[in-house]
Order: sequence, then structure tokens, then C-alpha cells
Amino acid sequence: MQLIACPWCGPREEVEFSYGGQAHVPYPDSPAELSDEQWAHYVFFRDNPKGRFAERWNHSAGCRRWFNAIRDTTTYRFERVYRLDDPKPLATELASSRRSTAP
Amino acid sequence: MSPGSSHATRTPRTPGADLPEHPDTLWRSPEPKRSYDVVIVGGGGHGLATAHYLAKNHGITNVAVLEKGWLAGGNMARNTTIIRSNYLWDESSTIYEHALKLWEGLEEDLGYPILFSQRGVLNLAHTLQDVRDSVRRVEANKLNGVDAEWLEPDEVRKICPVVNTSADIRYPVLGATYQPRAGIAKHDYVAWGFARRADEAGIDLIQDCEVTGFATDGNRVTGVQTTRGTIGAGTVALCAAGHTSVLTDMLGIRVPIQSHPLQALVSELLEPVHPTVVMSNAVHVYVSQAHKGELVMGAGVDSYNGYGQRGAFHIIERQMAAAVELFPVFARAHLLRTWGGIVDVSPDASPIVGRTPYENLYLNCGWGTGGFKATPGIGSALAHTIAHDEPHPFVAPFALDRFVTGALVDEHGAAAVAH
Repeated sequence: MQLIACPWCGPREEVEFSYGGQAHVPYPDSPAELSDEQWAHYVFFRDNPKGRFAERWNHSAGCRRWFNAIRDTTTYRFERVYRLDDPKPLATELASSRRSTAP
Repeated sequence: MSPGSSHATRTPRTPGADLPEHPDTLWRSPEPKRSYDVVIVGGGGHGLATAHYLAKNHGITNVAVLEKGWLAGGNMARNTTIIRSNYLWDESSTIYEHALKLWEGLEEDLGYPILFSQRGVLNLAHTLQDVRDSVRRVEANKLNGVDAEWLEPDEVRKICPVVNTSADIRYPVLGATYQPRAGIAKHDYVAWGFARRADEAGIDLIQDCEVTGFATDGNRVTGVQTTRGTIGAGTVALCAAGHTSVLTDMLGIRVPIQSHPLQALVSELLEPVHPTVVMSNAVHVYVSQAHKGELVMGAGVDSYNGYGQRGAFHIIERQMAAAVELFPVFARAHLLRTWGGIVDVSPDASPIVGRTPYENLYLNCGWGTGGFKATPGIGSALAHTIAHDEPHPFVAPFALDRFVTGALVDEHGAAAVAH
């Protein structure tokens, strides 16, 4: 079982967390003006990348707070956790952090 | 003579020269041609079945099946082989019953043993709501001509004596739906049977051939770029299950599926103890005993998106806890092996099949946790769709545009695997 670093509680076991899917999906600015197709994309369609994915996690059996993470969907490795109000890390920042944490 | 006693006098021999000849292969391994009338991406069950029915039902044989690994090495080799058609809605029970009828004649059709064993499936109910939903599903099945019965706990015990039907467990068995024609088949043999017949018909099964891109011209796909060169295509069908999004991302098509790891496990080989297939939504495990004797058990999906063909161990732990709760006799069995596949889960737990924004590209994905049972059904319906350039009536309700129109086919209940 892998450890997930909650930004508030620190590393805890995976079973304490629940998954929230893709992060950074804003509610539409003008919902009344959306077409059926645009609504469908907001409600049902999410990215499904093989590789890095920015996603939401909830520390549901701990502090119960949400946070975001960059995780690799092939290795399942968490590359970064960050608070909901932090901007999405740039790919360049992640590439450099990956190098610096390498043994 | 003891080993080593006469080394000095023995003539050196090629290692393995005394072994029997390599058996005949079931299919050729051809070089890809420059182009095909139909290119199927994905050499799993659905891709191979589609190829077989293109040849058998429609006489279309200038076809290639492209597989990035080896044939049927993905979910086709990793599923728990359960076959049933007791889905709730008309749309689903139609396609799955179509598949089940084809399963019933598949051994003759393929001329290959597939060990299809119609030993029945029990879907257990553990709560009052489960009971109501199950009875409703049984009635819906009967109206659709699908064999289904509601069983009380004592009848469950008669069909599968190893299920714990006592009233003192945490989630007592309050009854079950029963589909006697359901069962299991030997998944590898099914794939090999389809592959052999497709190959005999002249269809090229091209392994070790990963799709890296698509050549397009306006709203047509003209070719498929692969690790073995570019292959021209009249029609392209995507049968890539958990990897569908990787392909549709190359084409700029958005598809509402999420790829999740789904795990399963087997026990060591045991005497026959489990005569049927048992599934439980609430306690959550599904179990059958393979012909060889392993208990085959499936889990719910791992919660996060993943392409790693493996999952977290706490999922296995939970699944074994459920198995021991329902089958106390399993407590002494040993876990032999666990593995994971990548399932393509759609928002309504129903497949996504049919047209795409490209006029000669067909999609077949979203079967999620239940694609194996559909193999011959979707193969024949997709082959018909490709041959007639028009979605077969059995797959028409599963079009991509249902997420815009709202005509969803919600099978989260009958899908019977938590996701």
C-alpha cells in the first residue's frame, strides 16, 4: 500500500483517501448559455491520460479535506500534492522536481 | 546411468534437439500489407471476434487486426470469464442475450473447444433494496425472453451449498436472481478459436504492432501509423478497451471513459466445491471455479485512473474478506496469484459503440468490467456495422451521442462490479 502525502496531515496510507477524478474542471461561467453538447462535456467527459494527471483527492478518513495531486497513471507515483487554491504545477516544474528527488 | 558419468565420451548436441517438434501454430504472423479494407485496432476478444464475423457473415477478408502486444494478452487474458445476459434494460439484455445465443453455438462455429459451461449464475441480494431491485430485474429479463428466476435462500443453498445462507452474518443472503444459461468459458481458447478462424479466412493478425498515430484527410481516417509502418485503411474500428483514450486523444475525439485497474485472483487448485457462478454486489465478490480447479474471484475497480495493469493490495484484501464471509469453506484456501487489467468505464456503465466524428472510424469501447461476455455479440454486431456502414440495431442505442441527448442506459446495478 502506498503512502499519500496529505498537504495538511503528511504521509498517510492510501486507504484513508478517496479519489475525486480530474482536477481543475471549473463550473461553466455562463451555465444558462451552454448548449446540450457543452453541458454533456462538462458533466460526462473527462481527460483520461496515460501518464501525468492532475486530479482531486480527499483525505476522507483523516482531516476530510480535499487537495490536488499530480500522479502518473502508469506508475501510480505521486509527483506533487498541492492545495486546491494553488495553481496547477507546470510540466517544467515537475520535470525538475523529478530530477532533484531522484536518488 | 547417473548424470555426468560419461560426459567425456558423449557427442555434443544442440540443446533441445531431442525435444519434439514445435507444434503447428494456430495463425500466421504476416508482415503488414500497405493497406486493408478494414483495420481493427486491438487484438483482444472484441477485435478478433469482429474479424471472424467480418469474414464469416460478410465475406470481408482484406482485414488486419493490429495488436501492440501479443494476441489476447490484455483484458482477454485477465477477466473472470463470466457469461450472462441478465441485464436490466432492453438495450443491454438485447445485445448480451444476442451474445449468449452465439456463445451457445460458438464451439461448433469456431471448430475449437472453448469449454463453455452453462453452470448458471446467482446474483445474491443482501438488503431489502437489493431484493426489490433483483426481483424487478428478473421480471424485466422474463419480458425480454432472458431466462431468470428469483430464488429464496433455501433454493440458493440447493444450487450452491457452499454459500453461507445463515441469518447471523453481517449481510445475510436474502435471496438471489438465477440465470441457468449463464456460465463461464475458457477465455484463452475463445481468443485462439476466433484468431484461428480469422486467420484461415485470410485475415492478417499483426502482433507487436502499436498504433502511434493516424493519417487523416478531412473527416476521414486514411491510414494508421504503427511501429511497423503506416498501414492504409478503408475503415478503421477501435477495439482497444482500456487504451481507447490513448487512441482517441491522437484523433482529437473526446470519449467519456475513464481507465481503471480491475483486479482478480485465483486460489490454488482445489477439488470441485463450487458448482455455479456467484456474484454479490453488496458484499462484493464474484466467484466461480475454473475447470482446472482454481477458485477465480474478481474485485471491484481500484478507485483511481490507472493504466498499470496492477492495483492496490488493500482491494485484494477486501475482496478476500468478502469471499470468506460468503464462503466460509474458502478460509483455508491459499491465494495463488493476483493480477490486474485496465477497464474502460463509461458514465452509465454501458458500452459506447458506433459512429465517431470521422465518417469511416467506428468506436467500440466502454464495456468496462463486463466486455468478455459480450465478445461474440459485439463481434457480430460491429462486423455488421462495418460491412453496412450503418450501426446494427443492437448497438445503435449505445452511440456516443447519448451523452448529449441524455438517452443513457444506466446499468450500474446489473453490471455487478463496483465502479
